[in-house]
Amino acid sequence: MTAIAQDIKIPRPPSETSPARVVQDAIAVAQRNLIAYRRVPQLMVFSTIQPVIFVLMFRYVFGGAIHVPGIPYVDFLMPGIMVQTVVFGSMGTGIGLATDVQSGLLERFRSLPMARSAVLAGRTLADLVRNVFVAFLMVVVGYAVGFRVQTNVPAFLFGIFLVLLFGYVLSWIFATVGLLVGDPETAQAAAFPLMAPLVFASSAFVPVKSMPGWLQAFASHQPVSVTASAVRGLMVQGPVLSNALQSIAWSALILLVFVPLAVSRYRRAV
Amino acid sequence: MTNAIVVEGLVKRFGTVVALDGIDFEVPAGTVFGLLGPNGAGKTTAVRVLSTILRPDGGRAEVLGHDVARDPRSVRAVIGLAGQFAAVDPNLTGAENLRLIAKLVHLRRGDVAPRAEELLERFGLARAGGRPVRTYSGGMRRRLDLAAALVHRPPVLFLDEPTTGLDLQGRSELWEMIRTLVADGTTVLLTTQYLEEADRLADRVAVVDGGTVIANDTPEALKTELGSTVIEVGLPDEAAAVRAYDLLARDFAGAAEREGATVRLKSHDGTHALMDVLRAFDADGLDPATLTVREPSLDDVFLRLTGRHAEPAPGPESLEAGVA
Repeated sequence: MTAIAQDIKIPRPPSETSPARVVQDAIAVAQRNLIAYRRVPQLMVFSTIQPVIFVLMFRYVFGGAIHVPGIPYVDFLMPGIMVQTVVFGSMGTGIGLATDVQSGLLERFRSLPMARSAVLAGRTLADLVRNVFVAFLMVVVGYAVGFRVQTNVPAFLFGIFLVLLFGYVLSWIFATVGLLVGDPETAQAAAFPLMAPLVFASSAFVPVKSMPGWLQAFASHQPVSVTASAVRGLMVQGPVLSNALQSIAWSALILLVFVPLAVSRYRRAV
Repeated sequence: MTNAIVVEGLVKRFGTVVALDGIDFEVPAGTVFGLLGPNGAGKTTAVRVLSTILRPDGGRAEVLGHDVARDPRSVRAVIGLAGQFAAVDPNLTGAENLRLIAKLVHLRRGDVAPRAEELLERFGLARAGGRPVRTYSGGMRRRLDLAAALVHRPPVLFLDEPTTGLDLQGRSELWEMIRTLVADGTTVLLTTQYLEEADRLADRVAVVDGGTVIANDTPEALKTELGSTVIEVGLPDEAAAVRAYDLLARDFAGAAEREGATVRLKSHDGTHALMDVLRAFDADGLDPATLTVREPSLDDVFLRLTGRHAEPAPGPESLEAGVA
């Protein structure tokens, strides 16, 4: 062991973990991810056209055959579609991160003197911003096909908040998946079987009461159902409090489990 | 001379695979050090440990006096990393990529855009700077990747197979840029599978095999000691080849061989040997049909050092990304 370069001027290491730095870095990463939504048509199509098709399909194709007692199907459908849209959209978080693992970009980020948590925070923040846009689009499309909010503005806004919170929380699940598998195709393939039962065996599109008994037990309490039901209650009619509390509890639980998981994967992903 | 990088008995395992098996080397400040070895030798792992992306399982490594395991933050502040995958965002423009890195390394707000412009200019990307990177050629991406590694003016630069996958022109362009950097006093650690690349750029080369250093010397010494230039001359017929062989055997005892109508000469001083060979043939009225001069390659070096070939050469790059 010989002398180490004491005479070479070493920049003072910045405090990577100061909250201001984390926010600053996360915003820079989020901006980068949002540019991709603007530049890559497929991403934008997946986030917007696909949910619009779902609205039209359920409103005009399946809707006629689905009978919901008490309210027009379109009013039943739209809150469910909003939740379904952010669930599907959260897959994008995983695909995006897996792409960054594969391209080596994550490796570069990890070699930079930047906040460690900023890559995941920035990515999920970008997907939250996208969801705000998509939720707005869903409301517009919903109004075009006959959906009407039956409650009041604060309740409606709280409903949107629940949708966005749920979408944000799910981003962390798929962030973990994306970092684990490390390539976008596998991330997508791994995400679908996870999501399909949550979205379709739920109260998002049909009343849970129409399902066989054994399925109802799962379908009544799983996170997509309680969120869809809470949002429906807040925008149209139905019970709110219990569903909203369950939805928030699910979100808290998922964050508690998956934020540490995703962060520890990020530290190791190469 | 002080050392910018010190590596002592560094160990890294992935499960049961030992990627680094007690690797040692030192890189004096302001010099270029080459890690030469085949895929899977542990070069990339060494760079990943030194750039704090992986934590070592044993031994230690310091960059400008900062321990990579104990003080990774200080290490990150002084290093730049350009990998074999051109880690830039294909959806951003060249300028946006550099501005992103500039923000993430916390340049002053007012310096972000000028620094990006300056680097684009320097790497011949000024005109392409406004185009999404996915429209770039492989060589342009690598140049942008190198530029991205330099945004915060790191005194130590890691280049992991900087020219793998580039064509000849792209390769020499990149070599030129790396040389300019070194002239500015940057310490460079580069990994490569090409003896020629190590020879052109590095002041010193460590040959890596199975996660250990099996030779550590100047490129010239490695070439002289381990490899040699092979001069191969095809003659019109076997009779001419026999005459040619006799000439060579007279002038270069022991280094000549004949195989059919081909004669072969191995020499440590390829250029002069070639002139001597051609002069001798010309004086004797021999008219060669073909002529091949082959420089020693990593494979030759390897064969001498280990008695086996530098496998696995043309495999997918992801192989090394996974286990190396």
